[in-house]
Amino acid sequence: MNRYPVWKYTIIVIVLLVGLIYALPNFFGEAPAVQVSAAKTTVKVDAATQTRVEEALKAAGLTPDLVTLDAGSLRARFTTTDDQLKARDVVQRALVPDASDPPYTVALNLLSRSPKWLTSLHAFPMYLGLDLRGGVDFLLQVDMKGAIDKKAESFASDLRTTFRDKSIRGTQVSRNGQTVEVTFRDAASLETAKRLIVDQFPDLSTTDTQDGTNWRLTATIKPEAARRLQDAALKQNITTLHNRINELGVAEPVIQQQGLDRIVVQLPGVQDTAKAKEILGRTATLEMRMVDESAEGRAAELSGAPVPFGSEKFLDRGGRPVIVKKQVLVTGENLTDAQPGFDQQSNQPKVDLTMDAKGGRIMRDVSRENYKKRMAMLIFEKGKGEVLTAPSINGELGNRFQVSGSMTVAEASDLALLLRAGSLAAPMEIIQERTIGPTLGADNIEKGFKSVMYGFLAIMVFMCAYYALFGLFSSIALAVNLMLLVAILSMLQATLTLPGIAAMALAIGVAIDSNVLINERVREELRNGASPQAAIHAGYDRAWGTILDSNVTTLIAGIALLAFGSGPVRGFAVVHCIGIVTSMFSAVFFSRGLVNFWYGQKKKLKSVSIGTVWRPKTDGTAVVDTK
Amino acid sequence: MEFFRIHKTIPFMRHALVLNIISFATFALALFFLFHRGLHLSVEFTGGTVMEVAYEQSADIGKVREAVTKLGYPEVQVQNYGTSRDVQIRLPTQKGMSSDQQSAQVMQALKSVDPSATQRGIEVVGPQVGDELTSNGIKALAMVVIGIMIYLAFRFEWKFALSTVLANLHDVVIILGFFAFFQWEFSLAVLAAVLAVLGYSVNESVVIFDRVRENFRRYRKMTTTEVIDNAITSTISRTIITHGSTQLVVLSMFFFGGPTLHYFALALTIGICFGIYSSCFVAAAIAMWLGVKREDLIKGPPVKRDGDSGGDDPNAGAVV
Repeated sequence: MNRYPVWKYTIIVIVLLVGLIYALPNFFGEAPAVQVSAAKTTVKVDAATQTRVEEALKAAGLTPDLVTLDAGSLRARFTTTDDQLKARDVVQRALVPDASDPPYTVALNLLSRSPKWLTSLHAFPMYLGLDLRGGVDFLLQVDMKGAIDKKAESFASDLRTTFRDKSIRGTQVSRNGQTVEVTFRDAASLETAKRLIVDQFPDLSTTDTQDGTNWRLTATIKPEAARRLQDAALKQNITTLHNRINELGVAEPVIQQQGLDRIVVQLPGVQDTAKAKEILGRTATLEMRMVDESAEGRAAELSGAPVPFGSEKFLDRGGRPVIVKKQVLVTGENLTDAQPGFDQQSNQPKVDLTMDAKGGRIMRDVSRENYKKRMAMLIFEKGKGEVLTAPSINGELGNRFQVSGSMTVAEASDLALLLRAGSLAAPMEIIQERTIGPTLGADNIEKGFKSVMYGFLAIMVFMCAYYALFGLFSSIALAVNLMLLVAILSMLQATLTLPGIAAMALAIGVAIDSNVLINERVREELRNGASPQAAIHAGYDRAWGTILDSNVTTLIAGIALLAFGSGPVRGFAVVHCIGIVTSMFSAVFFSRGLVNFWYGQKKKLKSVSIGTVWRPKTDGTAVVDTK
Repeated sequence: MEFFRIHKTIPFMRHALVLNIISFATFALALFFLFHRGLHLSVEFTGGTVMEVAYEQSADIGKVREAVTKLGYPEVQVQNYGTSRDVQIRLPTQKGMSSDQQSAQVMQALKSVDPSATQRGIEVVGPQVGDELTSNGIKALAMVVIGIMIYLAFRFEWKFALSTVLANLHDVVIILGFFAFFQWEFSLAVLAAVLAVLGYSVNESVVIFDRVRENFRRYRKMTTTEVIDNAITSTISRTIITHGSTQLVVLSMFFFGGPTLHYFALALTIGICFGIYSSCFVAAAIAMWLGVKREDLIKGPPVKRDGDSGGDDPNAGAVV
């Protein structure tokens, strides 16, 4: 009765193997590495960059252990810190010719020392939280009211233009908070206006009132539109933050949405809060200007002749010079959206731009006067301008127009992103910040690790002393639980924080609960005179319901913490919940497997090594059975 | 090894009244301190700046406090953090001054007293975060209580659910009472510990009630009080061993975990000790006062066979 079928053992072996593989990278520690990432939104790190880096290193006589390329960053691992520092300088010289305008960020980082075959299995070590590795942590609040106010303002100006275009006379448009109020002189124009709004502004809902001789229309942004707007604003702010933080040369920044209107920014390894704040708060601006197509301008563009008066020279993304007039037509403020798409006629990738009413009017005027001339779109970051694109005007432009021709799909989506990144969608402020020094981080790891280790050892000693062989089985199950917990956290690439380590320690305590339940029950069955095999069977069977009940109640608390907790509490809750689930496998299924493997084959089992089974006798004397 | 050599059933319920009065008194005392003294909330809740500063030699707290007070902070807390060389300074938010300026000013003042002072960490929290944490904490507590009530009412019966939750809330209030009385810092980690304890110590009540149900089914002639006494007696060794082994890990955190885990472990320790007490003495007693009967737990026609009722009984609970 205490035998597992082969498939159950197979499951155990597979789970153990997978767990071991994924838990393994955590034990190799970290090696010094050099990380290359794009410092500008217009530069990409790809295979070509890898070749350049490898060649540069080879020329300098440095051989990295491992070079990896993943989502936008290239990492080269070295054996010693000396090599790492040398390599950083070599790569820096090769990739960044001009230090005042770096296209790439070359940063020092730590990379897991785990062998290549583990990395190729996507087995990575757990990601350490800031409290364990040191760094800066910001919580930014996005001013959603500001975003909606801004949108209402742009609706107000759009309405003004539309009414003028459609010759609805005598209207007054004003923004009042997040609503737009329009007054009319007669009912007929109000009706026309209402129809117009329904037709052209699907995001607005209207109510009208009449007082005296005035007809008043109040347009409000629909709740679902407002929600979409907030969502878009948050996403765009996150994108912009990404681009800015890339410049900071942080190896692995974390930028995440938290709740509806907050963004968490974590910059591991950064100690200079002031600089980080300055970069987070910086704005990139977008400008549209005409290209100088006078004879002098062309000469300057083609042969490097002096730039004519009233124009400036900028480089485009390919490094070619473009001579642009100094007069700014439109800035990023007037650009409401930019989206990549496909031109239906030519089937070529394009970018659709949407301007607000003012921008649209300027575009129309400019395009009429400058038909077939080129207009440049420039992005300014850190006071340095760069030409994103300089297409020629092929028709009359308005609120909406497109940039197309000679772009790949990826280029189109890049361009749209860059145009959108021109300004933050909604203002942000820092509401919480935390700096953890690197020594404090290392301290925390050591302390956390010690508390888990000593706690584990103490329980193991106690279990083996109290429950003998069954205690040893329980201890092995506990070790398996810990391994699975680490493996799952590594698989999920969850961030391990100090409260997470505390949850790991607590998970040991909670997991052993199940084994105590089982062992006590087995003892009790033996005490009541059951045969060893029957006692094992009944013990496991009957304890299961209780284990399930108690784990479910603990899990309820864990989920509540996960749902309502933030920051450190969340880190605790994730590990706590996973620990409960893994403990069900290790403490019940796995430990039973061990017991079955050891005792299951023995048909004439006389005794079980589970410590003292003490029987009270009816007459009050006791019999102690120590086998 | 066997710690529990109990010859006969211990009549716990005979002392139920006394035990309940003790519980009630502790509970009332905890509430009194909670309202009278209030919790010493960490900066995560109140907003403000916390700086951790390290010195090469043991730091003179008095001098540090004097230096910071001179800068015009009326209520500044300076305390050792972990070792005698590390100092934690807590500053209220000050209008018209950014946190950077604040910390730079403090560091300058500290360095002028002892140049070996180095800033190890800083944490700045805006006031809007704190309010939200408090409301989220209360929501989480409510969700745990309601979730556990529903689960237990479904698995057992409402009287058990109610008494379990009451007993465990009593633990929570007592933990909070301790924190209020000693003015220990109540941080987010402590909040997590409190909620974890709530989920964890419900286990004990579950185990006991499982056994109560089993006993009702098995010993048909016993009175309710006898059934409860027997259930507590036969599970007490397990209760103490599991809690004891969990406590081993918690103690390890308490001694080796450093200052961050200090209060976390402390909250767990109080929670575990009172968890044993309340699940043995409080929960069952409340259930008894609420009038738990055999019929509440064993539904349907009575089972003929003594002992095990067979696998097809839908009410067959777990036994330990």
